[in-house]
Amino acid sequence: MALTRDEVAHLARLSRLALSDDELDHFATQLDVILGAVARVSEVAADDIRPTSHSVPLTNVFRPDEVRPSLDPAASLAGAPAAEGGRFRVPRILGEEA
Amino acid sequence: MTDLTRLTAVEVARVVRDGEASAVDVAQAHLDRIAAVDDRVHAFLHVDTEGALAAARAVDEQRAAGEPLGPLAGVPLALKDVFTTRGVPTTCGSKILEGWRPPYDATVTRRLKDAGIVILGKTNMDEFAMGSSTENSAYGPTRNPWDLDRIPGGSGGGSSASLAAFMAPLAIGTDTGGSIRQPAAVTGTVGAKPTYGGVSRYGLVALASSLDQGGPCARTVLDAALLHEVIAGHDPLDSTSIDTPVPAVADAARRADVAGMRVGVVREFAGDGYQSGVQQRFTEAVDLLASLGADVVEVSCPHFDYALAAYYLILPSECSSNLARFDAMRFGLRVGDDGTRSAEEVMSLTRDDGFGDEVKRRIILGTYALSSGYYDAYYGQAQKVRTLITDDFTAAFERCDVLVSPTTPTTAFRIGERVDDPLAMYLADLCTIPSNLSGGAAMSVPCGLAPEDGLPVGLQVMAPALADDRMYRVAAAFEAAFAERSGAILEGVPAL
Repeated sequence: MALTRDEVAHLARLSRLALSDDELDHFATQLDVILGAVARVSEVAADDIRPTSHSVPLTNVFRPDEVRPSLDPAASLAGAPAAEGGRFRVPRILGEEA
Repeated sequence: MTDLTRLTAVEVARVVRDGEASAVDVAQAHLDRIAAVDDRVHAFLHVDTEGALAAARAVDEQRAAGEPLGPLAGVPLALKDVFTTRGVPTTCGSKILEGWRPPYDATVTRRLKDAGIVILGKTNMDEFAMGSSTENSAYGPTRNPWDLDRIPGGSGGGSSASLAAFMAPLAIGTDTGGSIRQPAAVTGTVGAKPTYGGVSRYGLVALASSLDQGGPCARTVLDAALLHEVIAGHDPLDSTSIDTPVPAVADAARRADVAGMRVGVVREFAGDGYQSGVQQRFTEAVDLLASLGADVVEVSCPHFDYALAAYYLILPSECSSNLARFDAMRFGLRVGDDGTRSAEEVMSLTRDDGFGDEVKRRIILGTYALSSGYYDAYYGQAQKVRTLITDDFTAAFERCDVLVSPTTPTTAFRIGERVDDPLAMYLADLCTIPSNLSGGAAMSVPCGLAPEDGLPVGLQVMAPALADDRMYRVAAAFEAAFAERSGAILEGVPAL
């Protein structure tokens, strides 16, 4: 199955990547080749084979529910691109019409 | 006087313990070596001179106070820049994290510090560990000390190059599809991927969470085993960390005996795409193991041929999810926040500007593979192949104690040679990926120089999950016999 330039543009939007036109052209070609190569997994993956999501069979790992020291607010905010009043400062999150 | 940078980690620790040199002298010798050669190799993204000297002083003070020193106390180490280090820059080779100083230490970082190991600095890597050459670093490639026009492997090329150029006797890497073993192979050094869950991933910036595993890099098998024991062990901060005793890998490396062990040669790891000199050295390595008393058998793992395809669906899927955290809001780069743009626009501009090509390719591929309508055809099918590969290993380990193969199909390729051909680059991990998919342990140990180009070749030893000690035993036995026959490989690395 071919991966089109329009599909790559859609995927880039979903991935929050503002790709340039040049990048779209470049990636569409490369991704189509890669996808063609990896699609061969379907040659052997029969219906009756169970999937493996994780190599270690662990379920429900618990720890005691205890209060422990954690980062203080100043340390948490120290790497932020913008902070204000002890909080992360972010660009507007609502659209113009909101 | 002894050149302190030429010693093994075991020798450095002894010299410090016996007072023949101080830990500060040792650290300074390595810092001097870095200053002398790293402008050409570019193994380090950040050299922490002050931190290293302070850690070394602490070891010297401990010794002066008569306190017991750990087996690697005072030994310098190069840490891959994917582990968080409190207050010390951590970039993962990405522009999106340029200048970030984490507020906490990874568990691996903390265990190194607690063991008195002296962290010299952070090593270069392919961006977020995506690559096999270190060319995908936003800060420029690392060069292979054997030939500065060639790649040192990847993603942990900075760590492997630092060892081969005698800038550090120990290093830490991470291995998602071969990023410890492949760099070790192409630089003539030793690198081990422990059993998945053996080493805590807390503070290891995630690429693909079901595959990522930190591990030791060194110039000898015993050094790697001792480092393995420092960093391994259960950690409540990583919910996938295995809560069982660490395999006795240092004892196994000291035992170094393969008599009566069943060694399986994987039939699928040969043929087209394998360099003749790599094949030749591998065949000689198997013969050497047989001469030491190992019982060599050929095994077939038919689904290993599909490992690369499954990996390049599973990895992008997990990474597209993991890298969503780089959102320009809480840490790292932010681009285009001019007061008019929305958070979504700023996020998209930042990620386009802050991520390199390979990262973008994999995020898009993973987003596609996880999309509704395609999930079953791609990610779901890849997970089934993962089961088939694990079943192949299980069947093979019923007949063998360990499996062996070349670590990589070729020796180090030239910088630039595969950079715009992602599929060709992916082939570098052909032999290493199955162990990541199954979760077993695997390591690379040098097995000679390819006759046609004089570059190092690696022997891969694979063991079942939780049997890491077996691979160290075989690798150490091989290393000793090889050195007796041909001398140590790294004697041949250029002086720089």
